[in-house]
Amino acid sequence: MNENEEEVNEDQEMIEIFVMGKRYNVPKGLTIMTALEYAGYKFVRGCGCRGGFCGACSTVYRTEDEYKLKMDLACQTAVEDGMFLVQLPFVPAVREEFDIEEVDPEEHDNVMLDYYPEIARCVSCNTCTKSCPQDIEVMDYVQAALRGDIERCAELSFDCIQCGLCSIRCPADIKHYHLAQLARRITGRYIDKNSDELDKRVEEIKEGKYDEEMKEMVEMELEKLKETYDTRDIKEEG
Amino acid sequence: MEDSYLYYPGCTLKTKASDYEDSAMKVMEALGKPLVEMDDWYCCGAVQSLATDDIMHQIAPIRTMCCAQEQGEDTVVTLCDMCYNVLKQANERMKENEDDLETMNEFLTEDPDYELGVEVYHILQILSDMKGEIEKAVKEPLDGLKVASYYGCMLLRPDTVAIDDGEDPSIMEDILELTGVELIENEKRTECCGSYHTVNRADIVEKRVKEIVGHAKEDGAEAIALSCPLCQFNLDFHQRATEFDLPVFYFTELLALAMGLEPEMKKHKIDPKSLLEKKEIME
Repeated sequence: MNENEEEVNEDQEMIEIFVMGKRYNVPKGLTIMTALEYAGYKFVRGCGCRGGFCGACSTVYRTEDEYKLKMDLACQTAVEDGMFLVQLPFVPAVREEFDIEEVDPEEHDNVMLDYYPEIARCVSCNTCTKSCPQDIEVMDYVQAALRGDIERCAELSFDCIQCGLCSIRCPADIKHYHLAQLARRITGRYIDKNSDELDKRVEEIKEGKYDEEMKEMVEMELEKLKETYDTRDIKEEG
Repeated sequence: MEDSYLYYPGCTLKTKASDYEDSAMKVMEALGKPLVEMDDWYCCGAVQSLATDDIMHQIAPIRTMCCAQEQGEDTVVTLCDMCYNVLKQANERMKENEDDLETMNEFLTEDPDYELGVEVYHILQILSDMKGEIEKAVKEPLDGLKVASYYGCMLLRPDTVAIDDGEDPSIMEDILELTGVELIENEKRTECCGSYHTVNRADIVEKRVKEIVGHAKEDGAEAIALSCPLCQFNLDFHQRATEFDLPVFYFTELLALAMGLEPEMKKHKIDPKSLLEKKEIME
């Protein structure tokens, strides 16, 4: 018996789902992920943080009376009666290798096109955006990359968790999430301004300014540590 | 937008053809009708699709029409000839074909229906209606500069979207005339530059460039003026395979110079500055 099953009480309303074509009865209110576990599946891959952050549990499903396939994260979506399910353990999309020292946008006409020329095939169908569980404007960041606006590409894609659903659905075979990561790396290296505050803090750490506080925390009782965390005071400097 | 125009850039204007955007923006600003870039826009697709079932390729241009509609505008202005051609053809097709429009609106479920209320114009058409203003704005006429105009294909073909007579256009010359340049007749001005053969068949483009530039030079031209970023690239870059070295200007760069503005002109392969210095247009 797994832990999810223990949580289910006897009067729980049950619904019917289909996992890879096979029928199961599971309690209403579970997520797709816990419903699959309730049905007896054990996740070896395709499951990570269970909190909607890591992007490992991309899932494809269909609901009854609906011809369209839907996309989501299994840990963030509740099962519905009559749902047809399957898990995607991994998206084997190509990621181009690059040397961060060789992707200065000033040195290229359009560095994004140099590494991912397939973005020029975008027909603006917006299927990527519709498939994104993070509600990111995926098509818009691909279009930004196409016109060399790397900063906008990085900004629009900031919440990407790299689940890969956009790339699975794209009729033009664009690898959106890897493209977006390149844009963010370039933005970090060449476009964003350097933070003086960070340099200052690194210097302070090197000089041992926080050694004592750190030692104190390492030795702290767990309960006291939790309390310290909960009552911490974050102030803006200056 | 009464005192400005909604502007659709297209991707090339943001990369290779930034000189064109820069000079056109400066010219329109100086003429009191600035170009204002659309809030959202999408790559037009660059080449009008010729497949029979190609509704997929109409999505991008029509999505851009929807963006203009969303901004409450009825006019979109392009600088790029290819973008003009693709947007205009897609827009006309929706007007003429109810079924296609319905299919499109069924697909674009995330946006309100496209109501056909947007018209696409090329910057040459807009400036053509502003000759009086241009005449007043020209402060430093480009006297003595011998320029051959060049249209290429996209502004004139197919005739359903042509901005002027397909065989004998004059819209660009009529504007250039106001800058004081000496216009050189160019019989090759409506012929193709070789277009996207530049990607994998440079030999075809080189042959075209030799023909086009060769004729212009023979007739006494010192420079070429045009409005298409792809033509500009081909005629400029591929002259390296010929014995010629005629600067290839966006017509807005010449307008800007004549109006006493300072166009960037930093992406030309054949540097136009030495010619402009020789002609005492630039110091």
